[in-house]
Amino acid sequence: MEIQRKVKYEEELDRQFLGLVKELSGCEEIDRCIQCGTCSSSCPMSVYMDYPPRKIIAMIKNGFKEEALKSFTIWLCPSCYTCQVRCPANIKITDVMYALKRMAIGERVYPARFAIPVLDKEMSKIIASNGRNSELWLILNLYLKSRKPWGLLKMAPLGLKLMKTGRMSLKKESIKNKEQLRTLLKALKEEA
Amino acid sequence: MNGYIYYPGCSLKGNSKHYEESILPVFREIDMQLDELEDWNCCGATAYFSVDAGKAAAICGRNLSLAENLNKDIIAPCAGCYLTLKKSNKFLAGGTEKAQKILRALDKAGCSYSGQVDVKHPLEVLVQDQRLDKIKARVERPLKGLRVACYYGCQLVRPFTDFDDPDYPVSLDRLMAAIGAEPVDFSGKTRCCGGSLTGTIEEVGLRLNYILLKEAKRKGADVISTICPLCQFNLEILQDKMVKKYKDNITMPILYFSQLIGLAMGLPKEDMGFSRSIIDLKPLWEKIG
Ligand code: SF4
Ligand code: SF4
Repeated sequence: MEIQRKVKYEEELDRQFLGLVKELSGCEEIDRCIQCGTCSSSCPMSVYMDYPPRKIIAMIKNGFKEEALKSFTIWLCPSCYTCQVRCPANIKITDVMYALKRMAIGERVYPARFAIPVLDKEMSKIIASNGRNSELWLILNLYLKSRKPWGLLKMAPLGLKLMKTGRMSLKKESIKNKEQLRTLLKALKEEA
Repeated sequence: MNGYIYYPGCSLKGNSKHYEESILPVFREIDMQLDELEDWNCCGATAYFSVDAGKAAAICGRNLSLAENLNKDIIAPCAGCYLTLKKSNKFLAGGTEKAQKILRALDKAGCSYSGQVDVKHPLEVLVQDQRLDKIKARVERPLKGLRVACYYGCQLVRPFTDFDDPDYPVSLDRLMAAIGAEPVDFSGKTRCCGGSLTGTIEEVGLRLNYILLKEAKRKGADVISTICPLCQFNLEILQDKMVKKYKDNITMPILYFSQLIGLAMGLPKEDMGFSRSIIDLKPLWEKIG
């Protein structure tokens, strides 16, 4: 049997990571984590996660950047805020998860073809250009971009039911003052 | 601020039209006409905050600014919109460098915002300021014998819980009791429905919603009452798949709380969007006649 090292040596860790996550999440309290595990035991998703929230916080504190950003955990978190309201150290865990998602997208290290980040990106694009989301078009883009067009076939019976009850429209929704939205996003870019 | 303006969000114009169709008449019945915010844009939901927090807060700022110009507070029936607008509102008021930048950009785009707007959920508004008494007085057909599991989900009660408890809220239970229904002790009331996971990783979404439906059945509920379009959608659309996969008949109507209130007020059934239910409502009609 080949023995493999499971933990990183100190010099392989990223010392900047904690500071960066603090800044991006707006949560200064991360180092106050007492590893009590309240977050992991409250989290409805921890049974599906590769690292439950308590471990993610420990990984941030100690500079396991690559592991945290490449984890499925951050994408499995649907922001239910249970951990955040229960954490005895007032760590805004949900906001931290959001910060990690943004870093992972920024550095393009999210799991390839995984539907959740694709959905988030596609939806943001639709909103930035039209001001409103269109459910049907979002779903179409999602399946095309995650390269699973056959998934659409599985969705067909549901789509039919929604059509029948008038709950799905083919129309592309949009606001009237798209110009204002464009100006706003441009002005924001100039401020940055 | 002088009164409220209605922010529908994309869902109430899409898959949850029946939420809009029932919430507006209910408010009208207690003498609150809700007008729609002109040219509102999507709140960005959880998606935009996962991609770009600055832009996410900025597009919410545009909505807040539109409401501020009218001197109105916002009523947002979708729990996702409610949280996202509230979160952005708080962030923009925070005085941080990032917040200042966004406020300047809003200014340049002609939608300046000075932080005066409050964001409310209709449930909150209906149980406050003696409106519960007003509703009670308007009830014509109390929903006697109807056992209701009140489902609050996540984003209405967390993390900004200024009107109810984050773990065991009771306002919806009080409201359902006020219209004559019988709220059951539903321990899943704030357990997550998975949000958009039903569309992305169905297996996980299926299990999360099965847990909720099973618990509601166990408590003898006839119906689940929801306050959020995403929760309503998730609990309703996968039921046939769950029945097959878990070999457990958890079939149950998932209705908006406003549909039930309208029913109790004696508003015409046809106007409250009941025909949009994917689940057969016959057992429900048999029960309450
Ligand atoms: S609940 Fe808070 S203090 Fe406890 S392990 Fe989680 S993050 Fe750390
Ligand atoms: S917010 Fe995310 S990490 Fe926290 S309990 Fe909910 S799913 Fe888990």
